[in-house]
Amino acid sequence: MADLHFSDAAPTASERRAVLAALGVDEESDGAVVVSHPRVVRAGMQRRKRMRHQLLPALHALQREAGWISPGGLNFVGRTLGVPPAEAYGVATFYEMFRTEAPTHELSVRHVCVDPICALAGAAPLAEHLRSQGHAVHEGPCLGQCERAPAVFIQGRREPDRVPADGSGPDSLLVSVTASTTGAPSLLRQMIGRDFRYSESMSMEAYRERGGGAALDAALRLGTDEVISQVTAAGLSGRGGAAFPTGIKWRAVADGEGPKHVVANIDESEPGTFKDRLLCELEPLAIIESIVVAGLTVGAEHGWIYIRGEYPLATQRLRHAIAQARSAGWLGEDAAGSGQPFDIELRRGAGAYICGEETALFNSLEGFRGEPRNKPPFPTTHGLFGRPTVVNNPETLLNVNEILRIGPEAYRSVGTEGSPGTKLFCLSGHVGRPGLYEAPFGMTLGELLGLAGGVQGTLAAVLLGGAAGSFVGPDAGELQLSLEDTRAAGTTLGSGPVMVFNDTADMSAVVERLAKFFRDESCGQCVPCRVGTVRQHELVTQIRRTGRSTEPQRELLGDIADAMGDASICGLGHTAASAVLSAMRLGLLGDTAS
Amino acid sequence: MTRSGENPRPAAETALVTLSIDGREVTVPEGETILAACTAADVETPTICWAPNLTPVNVCRVCVVELEGSRTLVPACSRPAEAGMQISTDSERVRHSRRMVLEFLGSANDLSQASEIADWSRAYGADPARYEGSADDGGGDLPLRPEPERVDEPVRIQDDLYIRAYDRCVLCYKCVEACGDDAQHTFAIAVAGRGFDARIRTEYDTELPDSACVYCGNCVAVCPTGALQFRTEFDLRAVGEWRPDDHSVTRTVCSYCGVGCNLELHTQDERIVKVTSPADHSVTSGHLCIKGRFGWQYVHAPTLEAGAAISGAPEPEPAAPESMPQPASNEI
Repeated sequence: MADLHFSDAAPTASERRAVLAALGVDEESDGAVVVSHPRVVRAGMQRRKRMRHQLLPALHALQREAGWISPGGLNFVGRTLGVPPAEAYGVATFYEMFRTEAPTHELSVRHVCVDPICALAGAAPLAEHLRSQGHAVHEGPCLGQCERAPAVFIQGRREPDRVPADGSGPDSLLVSVTASTTGAPSLLRQMIGRDFRYSESMSMEAYRERGGGAALDAALRLGTDEVISQVTAAGLSGRGGAAFPTGIKWRAVADGEGPKHVVANIDESEPGTFKDRLLCELEPLAIIESIVVAGLTVGAEHGWIYIRGEYPLATQRLRHAIAQARSAGWLGEDAAGSGQPFDIELRRGAGAYICGEETALFNSLEGFRGEPRNKPPFPTTHGLFGRPTVVNNPETLLNVNEILRIGPEAYRSVGTEGSPGTKLFCLSGHVGRPGLYEAPFGMTLGELLGLAGGVQGTLAAVLLGGAAGSFVGPDAGELQLSLEDTRAAGTTLGSGPVMVFNDTADMSAVVERLAKFFRDESCGQCVPCRVGTVRQHELVTQIRRTGRSTEPQRELLGDIADAMGDASICGLGHTAASAVLSAMRLGLLGDTAS
Repeated sequence: MTRSGENPRPAAETALVTLSIDGREVTVPEGETILAACTAADVETPTICWAPNLTPVNVCRVCVVELEGSRTLVPACSRPAEAGMQISTDSERVRHSRRMVLEFLGSANDLSQASEIADWSRAYGADPARYEGSADDGGGDLPLRPEPERVDEPVRIQDDLYIRAYDRCVLCYKCVEACGDDAQHTFAIAVAGRGFDARIRTEYDTELPDSACVYCGNCVAVCPTGALQFRTEFDLRAVGEWRPDDHSVTRTVCSYCGVGCNLELHTQDERIVKVTSPADHSVTSGHLCIKGRFGWQYVHAPTLEAGAAISGAPEPEPAAPESMPQPASNEI
């Protein structure tokens, strides 16, 4: 370590233990660590370079143990992983879940979501109540529990993280239009009506009994080219918002030189989105199966799960599922009898919306700040660790399972020509039954709202696609929810959130919060987004306070939107003005004055 | 494998790509950027975060151009030129985004010492005042626009060699690159925090003499806004005596070791006020160490200036006196 400079600050014994445990380090002598983890047994600089991707797990361990990332703890992590302290500090300060100032208490921290749906459901009084009870409270962005708002997540101090609503409240509502139709795809088929409180239903045996493993069997039988041609024939497109054709992505990576990676992007942080959390909590083995299918199909050796730090139950169940998959021979040197090596490692995010952007996710996973990379080059050629990488979210991956299970023709039997199959919609806000709904693409917004028990009260607006999406008005009931129809209507499905507001909601407060969300979540790397999101928030705040917008204000908002949309590095900046502009058009931000 | 002479590799012919810049065909070697193609076409392109001796980070976005077929604008500084690209550098979209970037920076930072950015701002008609609070309250009791948030930071003066005034910092990442992978490999500074609150920091904002900093000054040399400044310049500016137009620049070779770094001595009133190295110099690529950058005070040592004979005279201190930060003087 002679080439790195550290201060004299030393870790406490418990910080040291916590970090070593998180890194899987067995012993330590005169500064040389012996690491048992097979991926990180390397010598010298090479080893340290290979170890940097352990930075996030190490920081998580420090935060849980000490309640902050202390200088001594940071030095210890930096020395162990070969990361300069200034860079490790830059990483630690990037995330919502890490503190770099000493806490004044010994408590676990209760994160309370203040984004629109939770705000409507009483997040502010809840936070106040928790404070009055003596709890440490941190008000922050969406926690992915919008169907049971207001959401709370407890970041544990010397105890595991947990979500109070997990296991204590009523089960989240699951509805699938296609589940009872024979031959139609349904991601929720095996999940509806099952009792998840018993761990037996999570075992490999039980999973096999309810038809699990069929996709992997089919993939092994069909081989790379046939799997990819079926996925392509089915017309599957990514479900994270960008709707990129999955078959094209897989083909490109399959044709690339190894080593290659598959990444399951479970960092869904779009306000209003909670689908991937539920999929992982309810059928974790299906997620693992789908990652193995992807890995073996494209010839990747490494599978990664990058999951939101705020999803402790899903994380725990995925870890359990990885262990079972390993026991069952799905993972290892000869994964599922394919003759190919494939294994999966899980990484927790630490609270940063931007890390759902695929290249920001790669940087985060590699132990750098979660700043998006400029594209091109694309992940299919230069992804994780600069290697060809497939990155998909669980909904997309489970759709591949369905295609392999029923075949591309049956898969296309529902949905529209341009958007085959089903979409998971996350219904929240002023609807009768908030929850996760699976519907064929092309269902109208009115039908979907009807399925969810209808609007409570008089509809004011629906926010489609979350903060990065756009508002539609009460007259949008006939809007067909397909990629092509929403695009033609100037809106988007995004990752599937449908946030419903009736006329009791203070819509200008909702819009201001969305503007604040982007101001808080911009990574700060590029000028248009870093400054544009701040100026947009200031203008929206001002318009809200005066109750009306003027022509110069509207012109300025438009100028900011154009620059963010045209010149930002990534999708966050490109979409940061979308909801605000749609709200202006619908008059949700007050009257317009000349 | 052969070591020398026999069976040499055929001389690699550099492939060329031809693309169109504002309707003009330009041919550049494969691997060059759109920016290089613009330069070859005599099209001037504003840049802030780009430098010839650093890896492009494409974060300032002032160099964006319109590429036919691309949904968004693309950064000229980092995007490789490809055959058949149709590039517009002066379309309404390009001018708008460039103007907005310059306006955003002007509204958030003190750019009074960033003359190049000021020139570009004038050229593109950037008007940062559009974001400022207005006295016209529109009939209510509130201004039409809020006070825009600015980067508000005190000047950090922690040693005799340079100062850091982060209210002028536009987060171009150049200093981080020069301190890290692109030149010095010291990694004393990094970007910390997120969004508008992101700042260049040592770990926990540790004072520079206690950090990993080795005082090479390469960060100062690449800073485009005066956020990082040599102490000589800072002190002269404070008394209104910084006169760059009066500077003369003398090129010489550093006398401290045998590497052969070229130095440019900037002198004002016959005193050295700044030392740089040419970015295109084959040895330095514009980067120096503490000795070449700061080890010139002996030139103005009183004994020498009084005309004392060098032989037998007490050996002058090569670098700054005792106020020199500890790690730095150890280095010498």
